Amino acid sequence: MENLNILARFDYTLMVVTIGAALLGAVSGSLGTYAVLRRQSLLGDAISHAALPGIAIAFLLTGSKAPLILVLGAAIAGWLGTLLIMSIVRLTRIKYDSALGIVLSTFFGFGLVLHTLIQRTGNANQAGLDTFLFGQAATILASDILTIGVLGGVAIVITFIFWKELKLLVFDEGFAASLGFPLRTLDILLTSLLVIAIVLGLQAVGAVLMSAMLVAPAVAARQWTNKLGLMMFLAACFGALAGVSGAIISSTASRIPTGPTIVLCATVVVGFSIAFASNRGLLWDWIRQKRNRRNLKMTEQP
Amino acid sequence: MLQGQLEIQLIAIVTAVACALPGVFLVLRRMTLMSDAISHAILPGIVLAFFLTESLSSPLLILAAAGTGVLTVVFVELLQRTKLVKEDAAIGLTFPALFSIGVILISRFAGNVHLDMDAVLLGELAYAPLNRLETFGNDLGPVSLYVMGTILLLNLAFILLFYKELKLATFDASLAATLGFAPTLIHYGLMTLVSVTTVGAFDAVGSILVVALIAGPPATAYLMTDRLSRMLLLSAVVGGVNAVSGYWLAFAFDVSIAGSIATVTLLMFGLTFMAVPNRGLIAIARRRACQKWEFAQTMLVIHLFNHEGLPEAEAESEIAHLHEHLRWDPAFATQVVKYALNNRFVLQKETQLTLTQQGRTIAQQALVQ
Repeated sequence: MENLNILARFDYTLMVVTIGAALLGAVSGSLGTYAVLRRQSLLGDAISHAALPGIAIAFLLTGSKAPLILVLGAAIAGWLGTLLIMSIVRLTRIKYDSALGIVLSTFFGFGLVLHTLIQRTGNANQAGLDTFLFGQAATILASDILTIGVLGGVAIVITFIFWKELKLLVFDEGFAASLGFPLRTLDILLTSLLVIAIVLGLQAVGAVLMSAMLVAPAVAARQWTNKLGLMMFLAACFGALAGVSGAIISSTASRIPTGPTIVLCATVVVGFSIAFASNRGLLWDWIRQKRNRRNLKMTEQP
Repeated sequence: MLQGQLEIQLIAIVTAVACALPGVFLVLRRMTLMSDAISHAILPGIVLAFFLTESLSSPLLILAAAGTGVLTVVFVELLQRTKLVKEDAAIGLTFPALFSIGVILISRFAGNVHLDMDAVLLGELAYAPLNRLETFGNDLGPVSLYVMGTILLLNLAFILLFYKELKLATFDASLAATLGFAPTLIHYGLMTLVSVTTVGAFDAVGSILVVALIAGPPATAYLMTDRLSRMLLLSAVVGGVNAVSGYWLAFAFDVSIAGSIATVTLLMFGLTFMAVPNRGLIAIARRRACQKWEFAQTMLVIHLFNHEGLPEAEAESEIAHLHEHLRWDPAFATQVVKYALNNRFVLQKETQLTLTQQGRTIAQQALVQ
């Protein structure tokens, strides 16, 4: 009965939302791979928060609430925030984590100031900020799927074009520099791709949870493989899996928000991978330890 | 100034200083993002405690949330200890998961409780004085002032009591461990303080902007000084100044106070980043520009010094011939000569250059180096 019930609910809206969430999961999972490998997992968190003033300024300048314009504003602000983080780290003794924290919180604060300014003029809907923070997966439209698919696809294709450069940047920055690759340009390219993934996801899962969408699938994928290509593919699959299951679970009961459910699904995938992944997983580690202990005992006896 | 305005500013200052003090150690220990994680992850703790107490200012709420904060730190460390996940990814996994649980709890039971999501995430300083502490009918002032004041004293006491332990554990953790100072204990003590401070402050400024208060002033102070004690003092001052000027900016434009304090924090940091002597952008740019001339001047004095007193000296010290000997273009050569003349390292007699005593010393020094 329960199964039938779920099937019956699988209507057009849910299908669109599910496909959208799956696509988003796949795009952010595969691009998040690079962030996780470069130990910049929290860059996503910073970019997504730093996007808020961009949305507000785009609205103030154009007076339009067209998604494309707001997304463009978000992307520019997120991108500027990342550039600021990079230059703080490069030019001062302030470390990466503090630079990230400062940009994340103060950009967001500035966005909040602009937001209250817009609210005061009274021509904005009040729900705007909530949507930004928590996302509204239910509002994904068929046209959004096209946007996510095209932009996300372009971003992923770019990683294929610059495959060896990015791989080198991720695993051996010093060697890449010595070979004469333009590190800073590649860094900015990678960050821009990340910005695209984040801005696409903002609408669905919101700023606060976007970082998990980048980090969790990649961390889960990392447990199963040591190859970059396979890791990216697995991360995309895990992201899509989390997106689909999150969208479906949240539709089965009332008042379960989609974004957090997707994040929890992704977390479950990570937990499973850490525990049971072949070779690296905690279970195999434990078995190996047991076996080693037994072998040692056997050799101890005369 | 109205009493309400005064109270808001007082709360803002106390909150800012209370956040800045432990923030100094977070910035130095490269753990700033732990405060970001804690401030988000305490949400389920707040929600659960709120279900029990139905009040946003009960001490139980703060305890429960602080407990969740410490739990977050434990989770992150456990994940890291598996060696399967790096620290940044561990943070990036833990806090969204806990935060999601909090959001789901709120939206599932939102009908029964009055817990506004915005209040938790964004806070509203303007409402802080409305919740008052009263005993026997006497108005003793806003509750949050007492809460944050207590937290400030707690932070101050911890830092003063364990100053040398904190200092050692921050700058040389392994030495601290060998001397028996238990860096793990200090780490957890600090994290407990950060949790308590974050919880206390979220009421006033919300969980995202707490990070601005924790990271902003210490990072600004870090650009100004090399001494831990001075950094603590400076970040407290910067935090206070940010709070007050942020308040007045918000007042002038009628915008969110917390957001405006965060904006001022960014401006203050940016200003320091640009203008601080020796380390600021302007100083760096000026030094780079100077270095070019300094280097050229050193080349010039060495050149003159090498040929001094030798037969070819006359030809070599001809200004017009510098471009031939040092491969400088004539315009650049004239400027270098002017620079060296200003520093009184050389003297000009018609078209000939001779070294001064000072210039000779500089040349000798440069050659020794």
